[in-house]
Amino acid sequence: MADNSSSLLDRSRTIAGPGYNRWLVPPAALAIHLAIGQAYAFSVFNKPLGALISRDVAKPAPDDWTPLQIGVTFSIAIVLLGLSAAIFGKWLERVGPRKAMLASSLCFGGGFLIASLGVHLHSIWLLYFGYGFVGGIGLGIGYISPVSTLIKWFPDRKGVATGMAIMGFGGGAMIGSPLANNLMNHFKDSAPLGVAPTFIVMGIIYLIFMQFGVWTIRVPADDWKPAGYVPSTEHNDMITTANVSADNAIKTPQFWMLWVVLLCNVTAGIGVLETASPLIQETFSDTAMGAGKGVTAAAAAGFVGLLSLFNLLGRFFWSSASDKLGRKVAYAIYFGLGILLYALIPTLGHNLQLTLFVAVACVIISMYGGGFATAPAYLSDLFGKYQVGAIHGRLLTAWSTAGVLGPLIVHYLSDSRKAQGFTGAAAYQTVFYTMAGLLVVGFLANIIVTAVNERYHEKGPVTIEPGAH
Amino acid sequence: MNPQPNSSTPAPAAADTGTGGSVVLAWLVVGLPLAWGVSQTFIKALALFK
Repeated sequence: MADNSSSLLDRSRTIAGPGYNRWLVPPAALAIHLAIGQAYAFSVFNKPLGALISRDVAKPAPDDWTPLQIGVTFSIAIVLLGLSAAIFGKWLERVGPRKAMLASSLCFGGGFLIASLGVHLHSIWLLYFGYGFVGGIGLGIGYISPVSTLIKWFPDRKGVATGMAIMGFGGGAMIGSPLANNLMNHFKDSAPLGVAPTFIVMGIIYLIFMQFGVWTIRVPADDWKPAGYVPSTEHNDMITTANVSADNAIKTPQFWMLWVVLLCNVTAGIGVLETASPLIQETFSDTAMGAGKGVTAAAAAGFVGLLSLFNLLGRFFWSSASDKLGRKVAYAIYFGLGILLYALIPTLGHNLQLTLFVAVACVIISMYGGGFATAPAYLSDLFGKYQVGAIHGRLLTAWSTAGVLGPLIVHYLSDSRKAQGFTGAAAYQTVFYTMAGLLVVGFLANIIVTAVNERYHEKGPVTIEPGAH
Repeated sequence: MNPQPNSSTPAPAAADTGTGGSVVLAWLVVGLPLAWGVSQTFIKALALFK
């Protein structure tokens, strides 16, 4: 029995046979990303977790967890996402996507179950360990698990394929947030604010849902090509036919330029996401717009929802567009247009142009999502398909870094301005100008990316996984 | 666009057969929860335009 179950997970058992339709692979990848994307909705638990003892979110007890303590949970998860993606990337390339997806589902679902025990016992360390540490490992492995498989199945549409999967990570919060609210409402009479049973149910739901991806995923045979696919014979320095290993990739300047690109893209995006709700309420307040015409808290929540939607759409749209534009041009647009739009936000706020303000923020966030989703295809173009999942995993440490740095920068800058007496859009002016400056750095880093030097290429044919066939 | 099998591919298991129906079903499994999430978000976003 044990032998059978382990062999079912082997990479060799996941090689697609004749008749397998490659369009089954994106939904398998989406099943993983839609689940782990719940992490972006963790803030829905902030208030209930901060009132487990008082049982009144408006009046936390002295022994209740503080917002800072609770916020650390998400930070741990994001740091572990990057670290585990970097550490387990090569393991993933060796064992294949099915085993990695199963590990991800066990960690992510199991993390919820451990966290529910932490909530039940009111142990913040158990919450950190469950959702942050174990769940964070599930995030990292899950995020990279389908990437190289998708690139191998869709050599003709790498951006479309990875965009579809990574779009799921953006969509996960849209499912996770209302799901959590409905469950907490359902369980509110059986446990403090219904949090612990909600964690249990969500852990089980995600564990089961992710199994769809685990058992549907297949890898193509080594020499498989899509019907009618003829690799371009036009020479393009920025799309290699060679292969670079993960260990060699991190020795190249190209990898570190892309690391800076992702760091700048994510940090700038966090500038908008972190400030979205207070920014729009304070900029378009009743004082500024006139009594009864200001943006309410409910409308601000709608604004945040709209940004989530454009984050999701941007992942697919921009990544797909990069197949036509080229990755370097796509990032030049994200950063070039982004610099202008970030710098425009304070002016639009100052002039009380609400519609334009919302439209510009939506375009900015769509490009933030696009920056995430285009990265795997960019890596594949530069380093080949050989260990692109592992290389992508190492690149995601930039996300972890931005996940910690971004909020610190944003809160420091906006709090400083508020302490100086600035209000409304003026309080956030330095945030947006600083983020525009970061995009200049990202733009330059992208511009100087060139083809990888041949000395880093693997010599001779590469084997995807020893003994796989 | 379906894959072209090659001669070195192992014998196909029954589960490896992907028809148009299974593709539609697979997309429904992930598409329905996503559509629900998007609709919930869209409803929330409408408050901005009231």
